[in-house]
Amino acid sequence: MEEDGWTRPSSAGDSGPPALLVEQLSKRFGDRIAFDDVSFAVGHGEVFGFLGPNGAGKTTMVRTLGTLLAPSAGAAFVGGIPLAPDNGVEIRRRIAIMPESPGLYLRQSVAENLQCFADLYEVPDPTDRVRRVLRAVNLIDRAHDACSTLSRGLRQRVALARALLNDPQLLFLDEPTAGLDPVAARDVHQLITALSQRGVTIFLTTHRLEEAERLCDRVAILNTTLRTIGRPDELRERLFARTLTVRTRVALPDADRVLAGLPAVDGWRQDGPATYVITVSEHAVAAPAVTRALVAAGADVLSVSQSHHSLEDVYLELIDQDEEAGQE
Amino acid sequence: MRVSSRRVRAIFRKELRDYRHNGFIVWTMAIFPLIFLIQPLVVVFALPASASAELSHGHLLLYLLGIPAIVPAAVAAYAVVGERQQGTLEPVLTTPIRREEFLLAKALAALVPSLAIAYAVYALFLACVGLFAQPAVASALLQAPDLLTQLLFTPLVAGWSIWVGIAISARASDFRVAQQLGILASLPTAVVAALIAFNVIHATLALAIGLAAALLLGNRLGWRIMAASFDRERLITCTK
Repeated sequence: MEEDGWTRPSSAGDSGPPALLVEQLSKRFGDRIAFDDVSFAVGHGEVFGFLGPNGAGKTTMVRTLGTLLAPSAGAAFVGGIPLAPDNGVEIRRRIAIMPESPGLYLRQSVAENLQCFADLYEVPDPTDRVRRVLRAVNLIDRAHDACSTLSRGLRQRVALARALLNDPQLLFLDEPTAGLDPVAARDVHQLITALSQRGVTIFLTTHRLEEAERLCDRVAILNTTLRTIGRPDELRERLFARTLTVRTRVALPDADRVLAGLPAVDGWRQDGPATYVITVSEHAVAAPAVTRALVAAGADVLSVSQSHHSLEDVYLELIDQDEEAGQE
Repeated sequence: MRVSSRRVRAIFRKELRDYRHNGFIVWTMAIFPLIFLIQPLVVVFALPASASAELSHGHLLLYLLGIPAIVPAAVAAYAVVGERQQGTLEPVLTTPIRREEFLLAKALAALVPSLAIAYAVYALFLACVGLFAQPAVASALLQAPDLLTQLLFTPLVAGWSIWVGIAISARASDFRVAQQLGILASLPTAVVAALIAFNVIHATLALAIGLAAALLLGNRLGWRIMAASFDRERLITCTK
């Protein structure tokens, strides 16, 4: 994916208000709560992942911040502008939203679709701008094809090109890689990274947790209310204890004598005939100490491994907690 | 409020391109004018020269105002619900376009082809009458006040029908239903034109001025009322 379709200079690290500030925002449709009491801030140039199960309120949040829906309560500042009906046009000038469904005029060509939106954004030199965004998403050779002839993946790329037309400060991407093959998804990932490096703030909703883990500086998990927010590694640490898993050839005759009192070891449990899960406060301190103690005790050590929890583990843990709470 | 002509043009051009490729719209634009053209032509061609005296008291030409009453309503019915059905409404509404601009562009996109068709059909009708009808019948039909009324009232009637069509389109969830309702809602205008044409309602200058003023006001209010009631949230989520 080429990068010259994007001209915004990097503004990462800009001082001033955050790119997006949400304060106790709620949205209800009658009795149904889409999201409730959600607060977070997103910095300039940050890639912010917004995760949650179906119906958690992610798309409604994007539509609300994009001025399509009016919030029921709370406040938000989008690109530093208060989210209010009178500011809708000014906010929409500064942002772009790529909805989950591409929403293209299928009877019209790719270039005609983009030209229309370039005019709606009143971008200067729209023909050149269209060419540049098409190059950015590797679709320059399909410019004159009718959108109806494109595959779902290519339509998604046209929608992404459309979202780049107005040089947005803040880009909302709702499931941008849904329906894309791995190569096309990788291209989109590269484009997101390039955009972020140029100072564009990206608000990414996705179901692909490995995508969020790879791309996002921070993630928030929403399940009507905000369940957690932070860097993926922070969330892992917050939710899961740090552990070492030790496997020996045969069970230790007196494991407590070997493992108790070692530096940075908080506790242990046996997890199988010759497997021990040791809770530690610091892997780097505990792992050598545990290994030395096992060798000194004459144990045949097969492996000492650091536990690894993915963002998916964090996500599933939180959603499971919600489901259990709901059942109670 | 500043209306951006560039944004209005963008939607206007997009609509015209879309119409060209939409068989349903093209068919609608063709079939109604044909109905309104053929039926009176058949009647006029069959009239003997002796009928001219009676014709000169009527305003048969105004029957053709049914075209700007019905065609724009049928086309405008596509305006909002068509975007919703294609899934294109949300991307458009996330741009800086104002609802007034969006609606104005949609109305103009329905108005321009409708006027072109209506005037083309009038011209064809006049040409056919001039060439093939009895000369006495032709001169009785082609009265300058009727021609002037026809020219002036066509955009007014079309404008009113368009706002009715767009209002229905913004509420409907299916294009075909919206089109049928749009045609139905525009029938009273066509019926009034027909009643004047057949002299059931006596045409006077005062009536013409009154109707023109009412239509002008209706067109102006139609835009404002539609803009005020254009609810992005309802259109996007269908929840209200």
